[in-house]
Amino acid sequence: MRVPLSWLAEFVELPQNFTPDDVMAELVKVGLEEEGSHGGDIRGPIVVGKVLEFVEEPQSNGKTIRWCQVEVAPGVVNGVVCGARNFFEGDKVVVTLPGAALPGGFEIAARKTYGHVSDGMIASSRELGLSDDHEGILRLSTLGLDPEVGTDALELLGLNESAAEVNVTPDRGYCLSIRGIAREYSHASGAKFTDPATKVSAKAGSGFSVQVQDDAPIHGVPGSSIFTTLGVSGIDANAAVPSWMANRLKLAGMRSISIAVDITNYVMLELGQPIHAYDQDKLVGGITVRRAVAGEQLQTLDEKVRTLHPEDLLICDDSGPIGLAGVMGGASSEVSSTTKNVLIEAALFDPISIARTARRHKLPSEASKRFERGVDPEVGPIAAARVAQLLIELAGGQLNGVGSSYRTGLPKIEIELPFAFASELVGVDYANQQILDLLHQIGCELKVHDDAVTVTPPSWRPDIRHKTDLVEEVARLAGYHLIPSRIPVAPPGRGLTPRQQFRRRALAALAGAGFTEVLNYPFYSEQQNREFSQSPALRLENPMQGDSPELRNSLIPGLLQAAARNLSRGATDVALIEEGSVFLPAQGNATTSLPVGNVRPSSDQLAELNASIPVQPRHLAGVVLGDWIPQAPGQQAVQSGYPQAILAVEQITRAAGVQFEIRQASALGFHSGRAAEVLVAGEVVGHLGEVAPALTAEYHLPRKVAAFEINLDALFAHAPEVLQAAELRVMPAATQDLSLLVSLDVPAADLIAVIREGAGDLLEDVSLVDDYRGDNIPAGSKSVTFSLRFRAADRTLTQAEATLSKDAAVALASQKFGATLRA
Amino acid sequence: MSEQLTAETVSQALASSLALVQKADNFQDLKAIKASAVGEESPLSRLNALIKSLPNDQKAEAGRLVGAARAELNAAFATKESELQAVADAEALELERVDITAYPRVAPKGARHPLSLLMDSISDVFIGMGWEIADGPELENEWFNFDALNFHPDHPARAMQDTFFVAPVENHLLLRTHTSPVQVRSLLERDLPLYVLCPGRVFRTDELDATHTPVFHQVEGLAVDKGLTMSDLKGTLEHFARVMFGPEAKIRLRPSFFPFTEPSAELDVWHPGAKGGARWVEWGGCGMVNPNVLLAAGIDPEVYTGFAFGMGIERTLMFRNGVRDMHDMVEADARFSQQFGSVI
Repeated sequence: MRVPLSWLAEFVELPQNFTPDDVMAELVKVGLEEEGSHGGDIRGPIVVGKVLEFVEEPQSNGKTIRWCQVEVAPGVVNGVVCGARNFFEGDKVVVTLPGAALPGGFEIAARKTYGHVSDGMIASSRELGLSDDHEGILRLSTLGLDPEVGTDALELLGLNESAAEVNVTPDRGYCLSIRGIAREYSHASGAKFTDPATKVSAKAGSGFSVQVQDDAPIHGVPGSSIFTTLGVSGIDANAAVPSWMANRLKLAGMRSISIAVDITNYVMLELGQPIHAYDQDKLVGGITVRRAVAGEQLQTLDEKVRTLHPEDLLICDDSGPIGLAGVMGGASSEVSSTTKNVLIEAALFDPISIARTARRHKLPSEASKRFERGVDPEVGPIAAARVAQLLIELAGGQLNGVGSSYRTGLPKIEIELPFAFASELVGVDYANQQILDLLHQIGCELKVHDDAVTVTPPSWRPDIRHKTDLVEEVARLAGYHLIPSRIPVAPPGRGLTPRQQFRRRALAALAGAGFTEVLNYPFYSEQQNREFSQSPALRLENPMQGDSPELRNSLIPGLLQAAARNLSRGATDVALIEEGSVFLPAQGNATTSLPVGNVRPSSDQLAELNASIPVQPRHLAGVVLGDWIPQAPGQQAVQSGYPQAILAVEQITRAAGVQFEIRQASALGFHSGRAAEVLVAGEVVGHLGEVAPALTAEYHLPRKVAAFEINLDALFAHAPEVLQAAELRVMPAATQDLSLLVSLDVPAADLIAVIREGAGDLLEDVSLVDDYRGDNIPAGSKSVTFSLRFRAADRTLTQAEATLSKDAAVALASQKFGATLRA
Repeated sequence: MSEQLTAETVSQALASSLALVQKADNFQDLKAIKASAVGEESPLSRLNALIKSLPNDQKAEAGRLVGAARAELNAAFATKESELQAVADAEALELERVDITAYPRVAPKGARHPLSLLMDSISDVFIGMGWEIADGPELENEWFNFDALNFHPDHPARAMQDTFFVAPVENHLLLRTHTSPVQVRSLLERDLPLYVLCPGRVFRTDELDATHTPVFHQVEGLAVDKGLTMSDLKGTLEHFARVMFGPEAKIRLRPSFFPFTEPSAELDVWHPGAKGGARWVEWGGCGMVNPNVLLAAGIDPEVYTGFAFGMGIERTLMFRNGVRDMHDMVEADARFSQQFGSVI
């Protein structure tokens, strides 16, 4: 809401030389956020001049300029060059003299042009920022003005006005008016407030038929509960808009259009009541307010033909729809330059109905904005009278006695406020009298009884419906700065949950190991969601970018994209991780209706709501490419590959306190020969390996990129609550090597498993130390060498005992995989 | 002239040997000296040989004399040996000297994302006050995101221009626009009194620019207990501000409006370390939980009151750590995370 200061000053006392910043500083105290200031971008000397005479001089460029002699102060005549030709000798005009500045930073100086020194400029309305029209020089007589030569034109035309702009929260519809802002200013500063609604009294007309026939009220609320009309006859639709009005409208952010339209806008800004003016002679019969019929059409003021929805509220006359109620008028009955008689409409419409219509037709208007937020139901007849008053004053009309005052009863609101409640909620010890004073100040009616007060909020505050709303009024007007600080004592907390601790440990371990955490957007293309997961993807109704309409089902594509961005910025070695949600279809059915009202839903309803929500496991994934260890003095480079993916998985599983195995497997998106499933307690919890080279090429990455992705929720389900310690064996160990000849297709992990099983309890550790293929090895076989460490719990193991154990391992490997001992 | 075994002769013999030991500057010389100073032909050995020819009553005294001299000499050899060993050891290490500043990197430099670190450290502040950390789904049913929070079905915030809806819209699924649905879930699921902090990712249809991003992070707090007032809210926020911005930090509440709180306030923080000098910075929103929110969770607002607050993590990181452009936080440039390492 933009507030021209001179307008504000009509209803509340402002100190001299007040600036928009001063006004905003006060309004912020009571809950209006400052947005900025407007105006003040024009500077004198700008004066009234009289064109004494001029000579027209055709130029070589085809233009004709006028060389004018202009009296700019009694007896002072300046020569001024002017390109416009819509004025006459003797006209009073606005002259901007050297040293002046116009909106847009246009500085005026004496300058040589078309063979003359032009000592200033004759200004148009547009140059002065008064209007957008291109009609040329502003002739003051068209505004009905005939001031003395040399008069300060800034003062005369109200050009030195400025405005403060504040942000109005959605609950404060009444602050979308000078009336409301002035009231709030008075609350903030204590300045005396005069309600503009008390300056005019309602004028009743009669004989105009208004009917509200709402067959489909939304939530049972009729579309219109108050509908006032008032007729004014004999106006001059072409009367000049006075500059003070044009200026205030402009500062408030509205264009000057014509006297009748400007007056309706002016009154809306002043009182907060949206007004519509009809050309009374274009109306056929009376007005009916009704819902649209499906498929019905209406041409609105913006000349668009709109197809209506059965929920749209319409203003109709006997010819059919003539306006979209509270949103925009129709073209057929609008006021024009030939209008003589005007019918003023000041109505109250259901906020929800208006909001839906404005949204449906993408027509957020100044009117709909106010109706949506709630208009004072009492101000309509006064606003209609104010419009009539201005039409009479500025356009020469007169009341014609026509009008109507449709009105249904509005519910009376009474709120019981126990005096102690404000202190109980805010923590400030308010005196009863202070509470009463503050509520009275905002316009409440109060009935005190014992330790409580029955409050009827003022008509312009439909947001006040509960005692907590009243407490907010008390607290904000008394000032939030009065609230003391106290730290509440929470019951003893349990700290982070084991799952939360796990996330932190896993991320810290991975960062410690060399991976860098990133946070990617979850928006993917359809193709990306087919790269690493076969799960059906969820689609957004309104994606930011058309090429990424889906929600991710895997973290890896986003990480590949991030890796590519890092490479494009000059990185060569990349190791990225991300922890986040992936989105998979829900297990339950969609909810088609939501629980209503402020009541706890039943447990069935809650279960249904929860089941409707897509499954969103937290994943932890990473990609790694380039060198893991770079070349350096005394060090060979180590290229990143699947071992780094395994390293990461090891860190994650250790952070959860679980053991993992990997099983060679084909996995979507991975290299067919370099991929594995990650298993915890026999359950697949993720995949790792090298990314399929065809995919790395798509992402403009080097051929070799390793990746992993783990479902943290699945993994953590296996985490032990408490780990139990094993007994450390301290007797001397016996170490033996074991070389087996075995078929190429037997995985090392399987061999290790049978060695453990076969060797039994004495085997403490087994590690693979060599995998040899080639000379001296039969085709189709490999020689794998393990280092085994045996240890007994209670005695020094002899080599003979260790050998027995090893032989048992060989026997089992032979039985299961046809392995033979290699000499 | 035959040798006499006297204190002087023993002392002279010892002194001459010690002088030789002192002069030795390598193991070879020391070995040779040892041979000549303790061998059979050495002066002390020769004097020792005289003992047997002494009268019995002098033997013990002479033996003690010679023995003491021998012990002193042996000690001198040992000392010299360890001196020489130390020099040799030092020389050997010197041969192994490297330029340690030319060290090779043996693992990449990893890092946490500063947004995720900041959420963790904020969580720790509240854990320290006995609060617990609550999580919830990022993709929510509309009821948890709006209805339960006293957003009327026709509230403008529910319009398409702010919220990402999952197709088809009739299914009432959306990407949460704030972390408040976690508050609703906490109210529904946890016992009272309740003190929870909900950090997490939220979504709004804002174009990415220097100060906006469609995907961002919030932290919201919720306390519901008997007798909570706005003072408790203010005290909690003040403590939080001091931990985040230093002991000089303070907070200021300005009246505002949110559907889920009443009274409501905007929260400014006095940031003593702000770039360009200490100043007030808009930090978040807060207020007393609207009774309708409590009712939606089946809690009696006549018995319990609560307060809630929320702030953006990106915004906090921007003014706390001097990040100037939102792009840095969302573009996954590893250098951005790496400059912080594991500390913010």
